Amino acid sequence: MSAPEPRAAGERILRLALPLAMLALAVAIWHATVQALALPPYVLPGPKLVARTLVDDWAILSESLVVTLVTTFAGFALAVIGGVGLAILFNLSRIVEYSLYPFAVILQVTPVLAIAPLLLIYLPQQGAVLACAWIVAFFPVLANTTLGLNSVDHNLADLYRLYGASWDQRLIHLKLPSALPQMLAGIRIAGGLSLVGAVVAEIAAGSAGAGSGLAYRIAESGYRLNIPRMFAALILLSVAGIVIYFALAGLSHLMLRRWHESAVQRER
Amino acid sequence: MLSELSLSSRPAASASVVSLRGVAKTFASGTQALDGLELDVRPGEFVSLLGPSGCGKSTALRLIAGLSEPTAGTITWGSSAAAASAAHEIGFVFQEPTLMPWTTVARNVDLPLRLAGTAASKAAPRVAAVLDRVGLAAFRDAYPRELSGGMKMRVSIARALVTDPDLLLMDEPFAALDEITRFKLNNDLLELWRALRKTVVFVTHSVFESVYLSHRIVVMTPRPGRVFRELIVDAPYPREESFRTSAEYAACCRLASEALSAAMGGAA
Repeated sequence: MSAPEPRAAGERILRLALPLAMLALAVAIWHATVQALALPPYVLPGPKLVARTLVDDWAILSESLVVTLVTTFAGFALAVIGGVGLAILFNLSRIVEYSLYPFAVILQVTPVLAIAPLLLIYLPQQGAVLACAWIVAFFPVLANTTLGLNSVDHNLADLYRLYGASWDQRLIHLKLPSALPQMLAGIRIAGGLSLVGAVVAEIAAGSAGAGSGLAYRIAESGYRLNIPRMFAALILLSVAGIVIYFALAGLSHLMLRRWHESAVQRER
Repeated sequence: MLSELSLSSRPAASASVVSLRGVAKTFASGTQALDGLELDVRPGEFVSLLGPSGCGKSTALRLIAGLSEPTAGTITWGSSAAAASAAHEIGFVFQEPTLMPWTTVARNVDLPLRLAGTAASKAAPRVAAVLDRVGLAAFRDAYPRELSGGMKMRVSIARALVTDPDLLLMDEPFAALDEITRFKLNNDLLELWRALRKTVVFVTHSVFESVYLSHRIVVMTPRPGRVFRELIVDAPYPREESFRTSAEYAACCRLASEALSAAMGGAA
């Protein structure tokens, strides 16, 4: 079976076309509702007005978008480094794992919205926002990587022992590659969560006034009843989230497609 | 034909590749896998450990490989050189192919050399040669998931041979394969054994397989595992498909079967 089945190709088009059609329908209903009820923009702006605001306020919004994205990426990068690093440390030493794992759980289960105000007192604002993004995002990386490192095929582990592999050879050639699928699953979750963390912290910091991220714009526009700009900023945030999600899903697919069941295309 | 080996005809331990004397293994769970195991593996022979599952034959193999330590008794190596670097004189083939799914056939076979720090320029021709030996030269860049069960097992055997070990330990390597593939691999293994002049210790629970392959069959009792009887299969090598259907083969299988049921206390 060398040619792709027509059904599979049709399904792919359907998977793309259906959500787009639904989205178009929702926007149309939104537009019709605003028109029919003659709603004022401060109650519910129509899609046209939101789109125009997006264009008109692009200078302010894009600047804020960059601020939020920089925080998100920095938080995400630190979460990946911290999560993978801690997981490796836990894997190498039981003692470290037993000592530190509970604290990782505490950081995870305490709502970040509740921690943010405290962090804002102790850290400079940019640092506090970054710390929030990190706290929210690092745990899935840690938990998934730990799971992956601990589920190495025991026969392969024996094989490495038989050939006298050193601990770093076992880590680099055996444990990390075999943990890769779980690690990437954690990283995918972390991508979305670091955006959440950044936004939460910006909202919490909003009253401090110095922030200029997208979430801060939303809060500020809310106080000023500039509802169209709130919508425009919100749309930018979700587009950013979607792009992050697909970028990481694509990366994960690229790294696993040759060998892992989750990414391999099966011919039927 | 098949004859029982009298104890007096046993050669001195010094002529052995490896000798097990009074070897016992009790696991932490309290399971007594082996007790008082006496075994000599002689240079160049093909010896099978035959017994029901749970008779400790795999445990014996792991002890020889140094993957596990005996609770009592001694394991002595024939030459001091081998003892010094025991790990590198052994090739081990597991029950499952135990390949790294994330990398190619060539990289899998290359693993023992890579772990030993062999230069890539030196390793490459050896990998190519051994892949050629097992008939997989064309699949060097394939990933394990793209291969059939029998081909994966060939890769596993190639990996065990790539360091050119004196002793090849095989733990029910063909148990999970279909009969056609198993017969084919039996023939190929015998050919490899004759061409490369290796010593093979082959664990199996198949009477037919042990008779077909081995020069000597060590029948083991279950719980705790120890040697019940040793049988010599006198049929000359090379053994080919015609041997499988010969009256001599059938007679040997019957005798080995009887020995096996006697070892199990007539339970089977």
